[in-house]
Amino acid sequence: MREAISVSGLRKSFGRTQALDGLAFSVRAGEVHGFLGPNGAGKTTTIRILLGLLRRDAGEARLLGGDPWRDAVELHRRLAYVPGDVALWPNLSGGEVIDLLGRLRGGLDPRRRAELLERFELDPKKKCRAYSTGNRQKVALVSALASGADLLLLDEPTSGLDPLMKAVFRECVTEEQQRSRTVLLSSHILAEVEAVCDRVTTIRDGRTVESGTLAELRHLTRTSVSAELEAPPVGFSELEGVHDLQVEGTTVRCQVDPEGLDGVLRRLTTAGVRSLTSQPPTLEELFMRHYRTGEAAARSRAETPR
Amino acid sequence: MNAVKGLAGIRALVRLILRRDRIPLPIWVLLLAAVPAAFAATFAELYPTAAERQAFAEVAGNNPGLLALFGPVFDPSVGGLTAWRVSILLAVVALISVLTVVRHTRTEEEAGRRELVGSTVVGRHASLAAALLVTGAANLALAGLMALGLIVVQDLPVGGSLALGLAFAAAGCTSAAVAAVAAQLTQGAGAARGLAISVLGLAFLLRLAGDVGGEEGGTSWLSWLSPFGWAQQVRPFADERWWVLGLAAGAFVALAAVAYALSSRRDVGAGLLPPRDGPAVAPAYLRSPLALAWRLHRGLLLGWTAGFAAVGVMIGSVTGTVTEMFTDNPQLQAIFEQLGGQAGLADLYLSAVLSLLGLAAAGYAVQAVLWLRSEETAARAEPVLSAQVDRLRWAAGHLFFALVGPAVALTALGVAAGVVHGANTGDVRGELPRVLAGALAQLPAVWVLAGLATALFGLLPRLAPLSWAVLAVFALLTLFGEVLQLDRWLLDVSPFAHVPELPGGEVSTTPLVWLVVLAAALAAAGMVGLRRRDVG
Ligand SMILES: Nc1ncnc2c1ncn2[C@@H]1O[C@H](COP(=O)(O)OP(=O)(O)O)[C@@H](O)[C@H]1O
Ligand SMILES: [Mg+2]
Repeated sequence: MREAISVSGLRKSFGRTQALDGLAFSVRAGEVHGFLGPNGAGKTTTIRILLGLLRRDAGEARLLGGDPWRDAVELHRRLAYVPGDVALWPNLSGGEVIDLLGRLRGGLDPRRRAELLERFELDPKKKCRAYSTGNRQKVALVSALASGADLLLLDEPTSGLDPLMKAVFRECVTEEQQRSRTVLLSSHILAEVEAVCDRVTTIRDGRTVESGTLAELRHLTRTSVSAELEAPPVGFSELEGVHDLQVEGTTVRCQVDPEGLDGVLRRLTTAGVRSLTSQPPTLEELFMRHYRTGEAAARSRAETPR
Repeated sequence: MNAVKGLAGIRALVRLILRRDRIPLPIWVLLLAAVPAAFAATFAELYPTAAERQAFAEVAGNNPGLLALFGPVFDPSVGGLTAWRVSILLAVVALISVLTVVRHTRTEEEAGRRELVGSTVVGRHASLAAALLVTGAANLALAGLMALGLIVVQDLPVGGSLALGLAFAAAGCTSAAVAAVAAQLTQGAGAARGLAISVLGLAFLLRLAGDVGGEEGGTSWLSWLSPFGWAQQVRPFADERWWVLGLAAGAFVALAAVAYALSSRRDVGAGLLPPRDGPAVAPAYLRSPLALAWRLHRGLLLGWTAGFAAVGVMIGSVTGTVTEMFTDNPQLQAIFEQLGGQAGLADLYLSAVLSLLGLAAAGYAVQAVLWLRSEETAARAEPVLSAQVDRLRWAAGHLFFALVGPAVALTALGVAAGVVHGANTGDVRGELPRVLAGALAQLPAVWVLAGLATALFGLLPRLAPLSWAVLAVFALLTLFGEVLQLDRWLLDVSPFAHVPELPGGEVSTTPLVWLVVLAAALAAAGMVGLRRRDVG
């Protein structure tokens, strides 16, 4: 399958801030790709490089087979973008902006436009200065979704939407998936990515943390194990790959690396198991773990005496 | 109790404004405060004896053209002449005051920053009060420094010096209060600025209409309707009439109270004039960056063109009177020619006024170019540039209006002035092309400013607002350079120094061609920079 986006070794700094520091990931044509990272991780910067708005300092970036900086204008015929912070012209109406942006991209489907306006419950006659953040976001979304673009770049597109509209948005993305349009969906909301994405890339501090299908990412991560035993548990702390161990009487709870599972299960059965639950971590836990270790690492770096 | 609550947090807001304006505020205060002292020095040198000053005052005080521009001369002393001549700067102080107030009230609201501030422990009137407080304080500082310069450096009477400084502060504070009301009425910062500046423009025209006939003219009461008229009627150095300052203070308090009342009655972010709905579907023409630029720039274009046409009518109607006045007084004519040294007083007057308006047109050009930058910083460039739009095409849409807009405005000016002046002298066919040429001759210099702003925008975008500072320097060189007897090379830095003095002067196309080439080169450099740099 062809790659719609491929990025490697991408670096970008703003003065002393290193926004991207060797970022690498790829998006296959036809997939919905989640782009996940905490605030300031470099998601917007990446997307703006892919749009040819920012110039990369180093690294490779290919978009729809072209160079995002050099071939920006031709590439933009085939993509639509929804900025994270949608700013519009205060004296134009929402409908005018939807049409204008659609026409600048090379046309939009009037039937789909009308349908989307209805589903997002957006009044296109209001002047943009009268719109709330969420409504401005809807304007950009309707314009992008009603376009004939092959690739949708969506930068935290639901941050201003209420839960009902978020659900509408998810439906729309699923439809795009069925139409085999490629979507890059940047987000810091894990549930959203979990619900609609085929593959996910998580980034932090401008570097790729992990990239893969949800299944693959889970495979790479720990399992939560909670068991009630017949006798008080002993020796768990010596096992390889066991984290966050909690022991209360005969109950044991811990997080286990995939390679440590075998050892933990053996130890559990020798003690005698009364009840056992084990579950894959939600994306939430996965993400929080990366986030925290990042913070912890930064803290310990800062505390190291020089 | 409520009033106090409404002002909670004002101290922090004042500090925020001072922090944000820490560079422009001192610059304009110091720059403007220094001008009167410089003028006093020049007048003392040019007209050392009382008799010479008396003769000059008689010319100036009876010439409708000069009366229209500077108002009446109340006293032929050095101080009196200085007060007369610098009165044109009242408009500048008023303009800066308006911009400062709108910038810290309506602009903040429009950008949504006011909301953030409003959610902290800040009263609903605090931001309005803080903006008025800072602007008022800056005006008082200007008054003090101006008076200090006149007293200490030029040894002028204390009373007159203080009166002149306070007259400036009065005009500035009243204008600030006008802006405060405008900021409550409209929803956009641009509309608020436009409204306040229109009111000030009207006030200037009232002052002008009142003064043009001289003190005995039947229309002199019109000046009393204008804050600019009040500032002049304080009559610094001519038996100061301090009570007139009370008029300004009263107007300030009344307008500020109106602004407060309005601001309690509306929601944050909303105006009092309800927003109207727009069309649900874009009109067919709205499909290109140029069409979008038209939508954004058309109000500005209309405003400047209408304003310039109005000013043209007014100039055209007073120009004829200049010549009549002097044909029967050869002695006065000799003195007046000494000022400019060219034959044809009407032409002299026209070319002087047109060069002032050339500076104003350059302001329009800079404003139009910097629109690009505000599109970029407000993240409105992003959606356009992420569509199938080349950066240069996006920029060209706005630059088109920066180049053509001033041309249209100057044409309106030239035609209006030429037709009215021609009708007065019975020679429309002769005067129209001459006056129009004089207006359009400003265009290459105007374009140099547009080019400069474009170059900064493309190459050093953060410094783009410096274009205003450069324009201010050129304006000071044009207005005061010759009077201050600066070196020729310094005067020649300004593109406006190379504009032929038309009508009447020698037509030299070479400098104009060079100016156009320079403007084009600057714009091209800017475009090259824009191609290479990060956007946003
Ligand atoms: N124009 C800019 N100037 C300076 N720093 C910037 C700019 N844009 C982004 N940054 C910095 O780069 C980092 C990445 O930002 P961004 O890409 O916006 O993150 P995200 O979208 O993931 O929240 C942040 O530290 C941010 O402060
Ligand atoms: Mg972002």
